[in-house]
Amino acid sequence: MNLLEVEGITKHFGGLAAVSRADLQVGEGEVVGLIGPNGAGKTTLFNLLSGALKPDSGTVRFRAEDITGLKPHTICRKGVARTFQSVKVFGRMTASQNVLVGALFGDRSGMSAKQTGEEVAGLLEFVGLSAVAGVPAKDLTLVNQKRLEVARALASKPELLLIDELMAGLNPTEVAQAMDLVAAIRKQGTTIFIIEHVMKAIMSICDRIIVLHHGEKIAEGTPQEIATSRTVVEVYLGE
Amino acid sequence: MRTGRASWVRLRTALLWLVLLAAMATLSLYASAYTVIMVTNILLYVILTMSWVLFSAPTGYISLATAAFFGVGIYTAAILGEQLPLPLVILTAGLASFCLAALVGALTLRLKGVYFAFFTFGLVELIKYLLLWYEVNITGVRGRFVVFADNFTIYYIILGILVALLLTSYLIRRSRIGLALQSIGEAEDAAAHIGINVSAVKTIVFAISAVFVGAAGAAMATRWTYVDPYMAFDYTYSFTAIAMAVFGGLGRFEGPILGAVVFAFLRELLITQFAYVYMLVMGTVLVVTILYLPQGLVQLAQIPLWRKLRGKREPA
Repeated sequence: MNLLEVEGITKHFGGLAAVSRADLQVGEGEVVGLIGPNGAGKTTLFNLLSGALKPDSGTVRFRAEDITGLKPHTICRKGVARTFQSVKVFGRMTASQNVLVGALFGDRSGMSAKQTGEEVAGLLEFVGLSAVAGVPAKDLTLVNQKRLEVARALASKPELLLIDELMAGLNPTEVAQAMDLVAAIRKQGTTIFIIEHVMKAIMSICDRIIVLHHGEKIAEGTPQEIATSRTVVEVYLGE
Repeated sequence: MRTGRASWVRLRTALLWLVLLAAMATLSLYASAYTVIMVTNILLYVILTMSWVLFSAPTGYISLATAAFFGVGIYTAAILGEQLPLPLVILTAGLASFCLAALVGALTLRLKGVYFAFFTFGLVELIKYLLLWYEVNITGVRGRFVVFADNFTIYYIILGILVALLLTSYLIRRSRIGLALQSIGEAEDAAAHIGINVSAVKTIVFAISAVFVGAAGAAMATRWTYVDPYMAFDYTYSFTAIAMAVFGGLGRFEGPILGAVVFAFLRELLITQFAYVYMLVMGTVLVVTILYLPQGLVQLAQIPLWRKLRGKREPA
């Protein structure tokens, strides 16, 4: 069954079509990659899915329910969480407070205070931030801030996690750790839709890859198919 | 040991607040009428400042609407003062300010940064001139008389409003809503995407913060006995509230209270004793504070010398 179904979604900024009549599906349990050159409309597409932007036309369905144009907080509570390309942690709040906000507001299950505390500690451990739980988020390194965003998003118990560039700016070791993290999230049963520029990473973690160019979907397929596709190589990967 | 010390500090703080409250509650027994009036004035400024802090400090939305809510309270008293008993007038004034703030908040809290500040500033002026137009063209009066209440009654009403405000602030800070407000101030987009209904949280807290300002306006109007739109919607109240909060320090709960008390007391002192240099001294004090104590007066408590004098109880 498809968890996410997008049909003919379009968004114009002035005369520029940032996303143009894009159709795509993400199945339950899948890891789907979204790639494309800079300015291809990847983040705009995420913004349309998460409710940060309202599409000009087209529909977004989550679990067969129309969620087009709903507010971000409503979409989050329905089970779609995201991270941001430019990190948006709650800077002066501690790492554990950041995650606590996700558990308190995004999660609909209504846990007790004690359960919530355990949940927060568990998530920090899961992303490897237990040691810095009490540190203000602004004092964390970039890679830790990115992990914190993942933990915060996971605290809302999402069924679909939108990850916008987890690996940009990280060194090879950190990229490897980030890939492990994505694999671990998948193992827990969360479906993942991920924007990434690090080709090696995206090719190895994704079941399927969607390629966006000038706001249009120009290709879709397994990593193998994408790597050998004539069009994709021409517009993006280079000869 | 550390938890023992933490609970001792909490107990000491609670005791200090209780003693302070007791001293305030019995003020009429031992203080002169002049002192009571002066303390009323100081408490008024604490209310204006802490109401501003309640919403603007965690969210970073700089509101200049304090004077608008204050004026609404004043005019509620002017219009209803003769028909209703005083407590009902105060409640109605709080409610009226709440409604105005909820309406304005729902319409404008999507404005960010300086746009929000400008809008709220415009609101004060808009209401002032609308009211003036209405009074001159429809009712044919320029000012209104307000039923008089005695100084002690006003003092206790203002004290009551302040206690209610401080309790509300404290509870909100410690609640989920407080955490939500802080998240909004840190990264509003992220807050919305993690399940916080940002518009609702902002509007509700903005409206709650207005209640106390409106109520205080109605109480003060009964002392002034005559009001007109210029007096009631005087935007300096908006700026004074912010100046006092920054002067005291936004980093701690007690900061703005301290700021308002010192600022208001200093002003009272200067106006009565040194009227000619009042503005000069006030300006100098503000500038020096911002330069040398960027975190406000509460920073004084963290000066190393003091720590040494208090013994080496605090871990380095």
